[in-house]
Amino acid sequence: MLQIINKTISKGKAFRTALVFVFLFGTVLFLLPEMSLAEEVPAAEEILSPGSEEPMITAPKLTTDQYPTIMGISSRIIIWMVSQLHLFFGAFVLGVPIFVLVIEGIGMGSKDPRYDEMAYEFIKISLVAFSFTATLGGLLVFLFVLFYPDFFKYLTGIFKPSMIAYALMFFAESVTLYIYYYGWNAMKTGFLKWVHLTIGLLLNVAGMTIMCLSNAWTAFMMAPAGVDTVGTFQGSSWAAMHSPLWNPINLHRFIANIAYGGSIIGAYAAYKFLTAEYRKQKEHYDWMGYTANFIAVAALLPLPFAGYWLTLEMYSYSQQMGITLMGGIFAWLFIIQAVLIGALFLGANYYLWASMGRVTGSERYIPYIKYMAVLLVVCFLIWFTPHTIVMTAKEIKALGGAHHPILGVFGVMSAKNTAVNLMISTTFLSFLLFQRSSKIAVASWTRTGNILVAAIFAAGAANIIFLGVYGYYLPANIRIGLSIPQVCTTLFIIVACTVIDQLMYRKAKSTGPIPWGKMTQRSQYVLFLLAISFTWLMGLMGYVRSGIRQHWHVYTIMRDNSVDAFTPTLGYAAKVISVTVIIFMMMVVFIFWLGQLSAKKKEETPGVPVGAAESLAGAG
Amino acid sequence: MTDEPKKSESIELLKIMIFSLAVIGFYVWFSNSIPQLKAESPKEKKIELGALTMDSFIALGAQIYNGKGNCELCHNPVGKRAPLLINSTGGPPIGARADDQIKTAGYQGNATTGQEYIFESMTDPSIYVVPGYGKKGTNDTVSPMPDVRGGAIGLSELEVGAVIAYFQSQAGVDVTVELPSEAPPMVAEEGGGEIQIAASPEEAFEKFECKLCHIIPGIVPDEGEGELGPNLNGIHEFAAKRIEGKGGKEYIRESIIDPNAFIPPDFDEDLMPDDFSEQMTVKELEMIVQYLSEPHETPAAPEPAAEDPDRKKDKE
Repeated sequence: MLQIINKTISKGKAFRTALVFVFLFGTVLFLLPEMSLAEEVPAAEEILSPGSEEPMITAPKLTTDQYPTIMGISSRIIIWMVSQLHLFFGAFVLGVPIFVLVIEGIGMGSKDPRYDEMAYEFIKISLVAFSFTATLGGLLVFLFVLFYPDFFKYLTGIFKPSMIAYALMFFAESVTLYIYYYGWNAMKTGFLKWVHLTIGLLLNVAGMTIMCLSNAWTAFMMAPAGVDTVGTFQGSSWAAMHSPLWNPINLHRFIANIAYGGSIIGAYAAYKFLTAEYRKQKEHYDWMGYTANFIAVAALLPLPFAGYWLTLEMYSYSQQMGITLMGGIFAWLFIIQAVLIGALFLGANYYLWASMGRVTGSERYIPYIKYMAVLLVVCFLIWFTPHTIVMTAKEIKALGGAHHPILGVFGVMSAKNTAVNLMISTTFLSFLLFQRSSKIAVASWTRTGNILVAAIFAAGAANIIFLGVYGYYLPANIRIGLSIPQVCTTLFIIVACTVIDQLMYRKAKSTGPIPWGKMTQRSQYVLFLLAISFTWLMGLMGYVRSGIRQHWHVYTIMRDNSVDAFTPTLGYAAKVISVTVIIFMMMVVFIFWLGQLSAKKKEETPGVPVGAAESLAGAG
Repeated sequence: MTDEPKKSESIELLKIMIFSLAVIGFYVWFSNSIPQLKAESPKEKKIELGALTMDSFIALGAQIYNGKGNCELCHNPVGKRAPLLINSTGGPPIGARADDQIKTAGYQGNATTGQEYIFESMTDPSIYVVPGYGKKGTNDTVSPMPDVRGGAIGLSELEVGAVIAYFQSQAGVDVTVELPSEAPPMVAEEGGGEIQIAASPEEAFEKFECKLCHIIPGIVPDEGEGELGPNLNGIHEFAAKRIEGKGGKEYIRESIIDPNAFIPPDFDEDLMPDDFSEQMTVKELEMIVQYLSEPHETPAAPEPAAEDPDRKKDKE
């Protein structure tokens, strides 16, 4: 164990980076009260509370000229991009250890060494990303101090305890991550394997704690808690952390991190597949790509429901905020989101169908694919339909108004909830059919089981559609409540059919091994599409989460009076997001390249070069 | 059969980058092809109390209702999340029904007049929640509406009074709100940049680009201007006859800040921007209203452009 720790400290460049970050963060926290740049007017109005020696902290009221201007750099853009980059990397490094731990556990339980090797490879990829995460976090802190000192001072005054804990947790995460990674081979068997799993668990605990702590600051900015109506801190940092949006954001980000981590790993696997020289490499990375896609899509399925909870809590906190989000200036943003989600679902399903195509025994399910494709496209078009049609004045005149004379208003949530639930159910069906492709059930009740599964799907779909149509006749505030039974129906389909299939195929006959390595190039590009779309979608959702505050640093508490207080157009936001995504992609390519550099040792089984087996067979 | 050629990693990487940029490019293109809305940070308007008339006070109330107050975000017939306040289809507008509201059996507030009722509804909305509009699970004891004087809306006492005056005027009842004569207790803060206020009606028409769509009395339009919206020549006469019980100035004012309140024949909803209440100061609005309420020498209507024969062929 000592050897492992020594190795960790000596080798861990990212460990050292994290240490530096913790040191800098802590220094800034303690020095920040002295570093406010708004000296003409007291930045934070400090009111002595009666009978107390501690000055109370109230939200500062700033004027435009109190915001620092540095070298002509736009404060908002730089903070926006750096924080988003930090979130991209943060999501990745927090998401990967979650499923690595699960895969390692599966490997331990099934005694299949391939799972263990794959888990090890996953954690290796996230290692360098951890260094970038910490560096970007440190940079973000400095930028806040430089460009928004008074806002940051206010936030640190309230959240000082959690910020100290955050910095220390980074230290804890580094230690556990490096012991987890460098100790992998040394703790491969027996009792040490259990120790290794425990360290993996501690790594995830540290990661989740880091995420929850920073989510509290984000949630506070959107729905402040622990302060009065003018932003005076009431003394309890815990109360300030417990914003009504905290736990919904925690859940949403937890699930999204897993999905996102899976998609980035999938892109890595796709790249390695396309550039593989040997058959074994192709097989390995094909399998990795499938596994990563499985993780990404499995986490994607429940994500909309976490989003619903978050939106519900937003409406509950402030109806004005909720309606601005869904029916006001940000309404069109969710049409962009629909395009991205459509790309994700269509891409994920295409990948699964392509996977099925190479499996012996899948022929019985191939005919269903076209119906599923049509259903997915139709659902996407419904989800993508906006509330108001974009028309010229002449078109409005020809139509006789801004809305269709017979159909009335389009794009209501009733239709969209129906569409998304059907898309999720269809994607789950694609998974189910892929799992079944290489097996033939031999259970005596197989026929009954198949009828039951089909009936559950049919009844579930009918219920979802019925609720959607019924909701059309209800007012919007009542209609939205129907999303809960629709979601429950979808979850029931997933859980029930999974259980039935697991039982039905327990001792199933195999139709033959899955021919890993025989995927098309197109399918690998779909994995890239998923990674890019996930990243861009995260950027978009990061924008709406911040943008919904509009002209507030802290909603209703601390007004944004800077020159950037306006809410920009979606086109402008898209450009900023895109530049950030491109920078992120370049950094990821750099990480992949570093991974290549470090993997210079020969493969234990270099395998047969691709194409060599066929040429030998031909010559024979 | 030959072996597959060794994949060049650089070429593969290049293809992937091109593909990635194409995907990102599509998302950027799509994001720019949908309606682009930009929301400016609301600016505090300086109110010259000495120049404030009841008409301009009511106009201020209308501006706030349609702008800073964000009232129609919730009080609209689509979402049915809040009672309708003006143009109510199920009964009289709030200005007219406020007096009766305090006499209803379930009323638990402290108001004794319609004015007080509206004030109470805006500043302490949970004291009495209209049945069916409470927060879910509260049995209509908690309103989802915030105190408009704080939070994200932040109306001053003067602005609250202006909105009440607007409600009463819009409902056709006597305006009971007194015209403020003292500065409001909250000092107006400057946010964002300085506002350039139009000094004359002509400047205001230029600033808000009214000429693009309307023929303005006394102003010669440029080619192509004034064809999209109603011709305003003679509006000083027909404004008072448009809606029974509504004065000419009131009609003109409403048409600017709430264009969908009344759509003239042959024109459609949602053609005119509905955010002038945000953009105009009270002074600018009153200048325009005053100008259009007076006769001006009407210029000759522009000759319709001769139709291009080639364009006609394309249509066919």
